[in-house]
Amino acid sequence: MLLRVLKGQGYRCLGPTLESGAIVMRELQSASALPRGLQAEQAPAHYRLIPDPQNRYFAWANGPQAIKPQVFAAEESLWRVGRDDQGKLQFEAVMADIPPVAIIGVRACDLAALSLQDAHFLREGRRDAQYASRREQLLLVAVQCAEPAATCFCASTGDGPTPLAGYDLSLAELAEGFVVVAGSEKGRGVLVALNLSPATLQQIDAARQQGEVAAAAQTRSLPARNLRDALMSRLEHPRWDEVAARCLACGNCTAVCPTCFCHAESDEPALDGQSSLHRRTWDSCFGESHGHLHGFNVRPDIRSRYRQWLTHKLAGWHDQFGRSGCVGCGRCIAWCPVGIDLTEEVAALTAGEQP
Amino acid sequence: MSAPNRIDAGAPHAATVVARTQESPTIFTLQLRLDDAAEQAAYRFAPGQFNMLYLVGVGEVPISIMSDPEERDVIGHTIRAQGRVTQGLAALQPGDRVGLRGPFGRGWPLQEMSGRDVVLVTGGLGCAPVVSVIHYVLRRRERYGKLVIIQGVKHAEDLIWREHYDRWAKLPNTQVLVAASQGAALWPWHVGRVTELFSLARFDPERAVAMMCGPEGMMRVAAENLLARGLPESHLHLSMERNMQCAVGRCGHCQFGGAFVCRDGPVFNWSEVKTLLAHRGF
Repeated sequence: MLLRVLKGQGYRCLGPTLESGAIVMRELQSASALPRGLQAEQAPAHYRLIPDPQNRYFAWANGPQAIKPQVFAAEESLWRVGRDDQGKLQFEAVMADIPPVAIIGVRACDLAALSLQDAHFLREGRRDAQYASRREQLLLVAVQCAEPAATCFCASTGDGPTPLAGYDLSLAELAEGFVVVAGSEKGRGVLVALNLSPATLQQIDAARQQGEVAAAAQTRSLPARNLRDALMSRLEHPRWDEVAARCLACGNCTAVCPTCFCHAESDEPALDGQSSLHRRTWDSCFGESHGHLHGFNVRPDIRSRYRQWLTHKLAGWHDQFGRSGCVGCGRCIAWCPVGIDLTEEVAALTAGEQP
Repeated sequence: MSAPNRIDAGAPHAATVVARTQESPTIFTLQLRLDDAAEQAAYRFAPGQFNMLYLVGVGEVPISIMSDPEERDVIGHTIRAQGRVTQGLAALQPGDRVGLRGPFGRGWPLQEMSGRDVVLVTGGLGCAPVVSVIHYVLRRRERYGKLVIIQGVKHAEDLIWREHYDRWAKLPNTQVLVAASQGAALWPWHVGRVTELFSLARFDPERAVAMMCGPEGMMRVAAENLLARGLPESHLHLSMERNMQCAVGRCGHCQFGGAFVCRDGPVFNWSEVKTLLAHRGF
């Protein structure tokens, strides 16, 4: 029903589907493609889908990606250069034609991360044209988390598990159906078209309680305070060496992190040498080239790269964006091949500190 | 299109090599002019700022601007052939085409320099941002007190613009102190670390402003020396280098603590960066 209305309004619909043993956002043809009856069991370096005894549609906490690839594309073209008949260079911006896109099943952590990406890419006076063109076309259908994974800690970062803001529609899944809330004019338009019966007070209360239970069920946490000074005063802490010995510098954490924004720019010259396409791709501060400077590397070892990532996420972000860059989704924990746990590293680094 | 005076958003703008000078076996200077005359006329920058230069099919590289800000005809860049892009730029000849975006970042605090002694410290080959200040001061000599130029290089043959240093050393109220870790035949200056020369520098710390550029280790030692002589921290500035790909604080490579070096720098006051500079690997 929701899909039919959204498609009727011209949206390309993305939603959760089962692929290669994980929940990923793909084009959704019908509600029957939803991963009904599955929960996502997550732990450090662990992600398994297991049966949901209540056979719900949205009992899985999250998958490796949600909104980020739809607004900050993993690779895209920025501009093209060619030559006119006098040999002068001609530059032109390359803009993809983006249709309206609805994403169904985004979580509170994803919405919080999107607002951070907005703060970065849509900064006053420096809007990123590619990001803005994708962002404007987005309609977001959020879902309250009822079954947080063991890696989730959004309650401690203040970002979930009930969607707080930034959605067009928000769903809470109850045994008897969905409680739907509109969060924008676009969302209200869809809600009216759905022609639903009003939720009862009991249903609204049940949804609220479900969120409270999910928050209380979370087993990991980050300290709620600003960690900047605690981390920046421990830049030579022995724990950095210890975590560097385990970290593979593979960059999985930065790829699944919904707030990481680093990207590399590169050229794709045409074979005839007459034109070239300038592109950007996701980059990672764990990579060899991220700290490359003429003739040497600013961050030559894994210790300095892990420290760059963690101190940027939890310290530098406060200076740049007025809050921490972590929204408690736990993806970096589940998708780390060696199971490095950000909350555990923070606890070790700040142990003995008086809050 | 219209002629914005900041051509930094989106794609580069077409420019042509007007002149090329070989400064040393690996260092060269390109004088560029924007193809659009209105863009060139409207282009303004402050010493210490940089441009992104684009070589077709290869990529972009951040290069500080070394020409005088009142020179409106061309934009000068002194470059060392080191990586993929700069080695390609080295092969360009007058008439060849490049792309240009800029200027970016925060330049030197020229207003603050006015009426003061000016101490310039550079090391290695990172001298271009500071050389632009030397030219700037010399063309407006009456506005400033003593000018002290302290330059260190690894090998004697790394010193480019050697005839300039000879000439500057003869100017009134100007002191030139040069050191090479490894000397060479007929090397007239100090052999050893540049930081050994600080005690010779003659300036009034109370009314001086100092600017540094070069390897971070050298700048840390230089800062210790200058501050120990009584230079107020607020009058000590430096130019930082990091990997830069977008130049507008977006791509993330140049993050230094909470700062984006491309946007918040490359020129910083010492107090803004001293804590992190003490740690290797940032």
